[in-house]
Amino acid sequence: MKLNLKIWRQKDAKSQGQIVDYPIKGIEGDMSFLEMMDVLNEELINKGDEPVQFDHDCREGICGSCSLQINGEPHGPDRLVTTCQLHMRKFNDGDTIVIEPFRATAFPVITDLIVDRSSFDRIQQAGGYISVNTSGNTVDANAIPINKHDADEAMDAATCIGCGACVAACKNASAMLFTSAKVSQFALLPQGQVEAVDRVQNMVRQMDLEGFGNCTNTGACEVECPKGISLENIARLNREYLSATTKG
Amino acid sequence: MIKSSIARKVVMALSGLFLVFFLGQHFVINITSVIAPDTFNEWSHFMGYNVLVQYLLQPVLIAGVIVHFAMGIVLELKNNKARAVKYKQYNGGANASWMSRNMIITGLVVLAFLGLHMYDFWIQEISYKYIAMNPEDPTRYLEETVHKFEPFWRTIIYVISFVLLALHLWHGFASSFQTVGVNNKYSAGIQTFTKIYSIAIPLGFIFIALYHHFNPLTH
Repeated sequence: MKLNLKIWRQKDAKSQGQIVDYPIKGIEGDMSFLEMMDVLNEELINKGDEPVQFDHDCREGICGSCSLQINGEPHGPDRLVTTCQLHMRKFNDGDTIVIEPFRATAFPVITDLIVDRSSFDRIQQAGGYISVNTSGNTVDANAIPINKHDADEAMDAATCIGCGACVAACKNASAMLFTSAKVSQFALLPQGQVEAVDRVQNMVRQMDLEGFGNCTNTGACEVECPKGISLENIARLNREYLSATTKG
Repeated sequence: MIKSSIARKVVMALSGLFLVFFLGQHFVINITSVIAPDTFNEWSHFMGYNVLVQYLLQPVLIAGVIVHFAMGIVLELKNNKARAVKYKQYNGGANASWMSRNMIITGLVVLAFLGLHMYDFWIQEISYKYIAMNPEDPTRYLEETVHKFEPFWRTIIYVISFVLLALHLWHGFASSFQTVGVNNKYSAGIQTFTKIYSIAIPLGFIFIALYHHFNPLTH
């Protein structure tokens, strides 16, 4: 398979970036997208050029590190997969593929295709936890009965890997799907009730401080989320926030 | 100034739902201009002279319109700032409807239309009652309305504006429920009702405009 790659190159955060053309051949359909990038980088290194820098870690769709905007969509044209799970069989011989970093003011570019997603960490740190007494009186979590429906929904929300595809897909660069998943995974469980009021207020405040946009319910985030996080979580976040605001 | 993004969206949603409700009420009155002209005159006169409507509901409606549009523009500016550097290639159509991605465009067209609509009817009414100090005339409303739709250009502007209004409602109506936290077993029904409402009401307004354009008063 021959491809014409158009890749965003940017030396560092302060430099002006640009799209650079990289024709590539010998790509097989069974390669993952990141393996295709590895082939390109090997060629660049052999020529003495600077390889294209991109985030990756587990390459199993678990860690949420890979974060490429491929032909105008986060994680490319396939659904419910991360970039590392995207295979080249989804493309055709002769295709032009535009590869950019996730774009958001709250995700500044560090270099080439790598963006700083520590804004997600700060949202999580603002309230994405529960406090447990570990002084010897700890109650086994499984000793607290939780109905199946709530447990399943909490688990679904907890599958968010924080990759940032929701922000990248949203025309407003909103982080509502991420924040709503992190709030929901606790809001649905009894263990999350103690800090529920502070959690939602603090996490939404941090989300706003980071400079993410406002949710306009386009649903793009849900479509592009590699873990299928549902828009129902955003409605739940709104409910939790309104409820917390009235409780003070 | 409302600082929270969710609070801003809730203001947007509630003002939008209020305007959707008003639109339905407006349509019910307007359709009588076609099917029951005397009723149209009677109801229009009531709306024009009832103290509660004039001094309570009318200011609330104007405030609702201003809040909805002002907040829409504030949100658009903030959203643009949230992605200061744009994508070279952005395939928005792959994951979201045109209507949901272009609420600002359809909204601004509706705003411009409201300017014309207020000039056509509200300014004329204020002028008739409070500047020219004309006496009450419960029979004048149908004639004034039909007369407005005589020019082809105005009828076309109204028709185009209602099409854009339909597109705005298509996303905005159901989206308001999501914003105030409603996403449950009733959501499918809300979506269906939204689609019916967003087509039926603007289509009804288009019908009224075209009906009066093609059926001018003979006297």
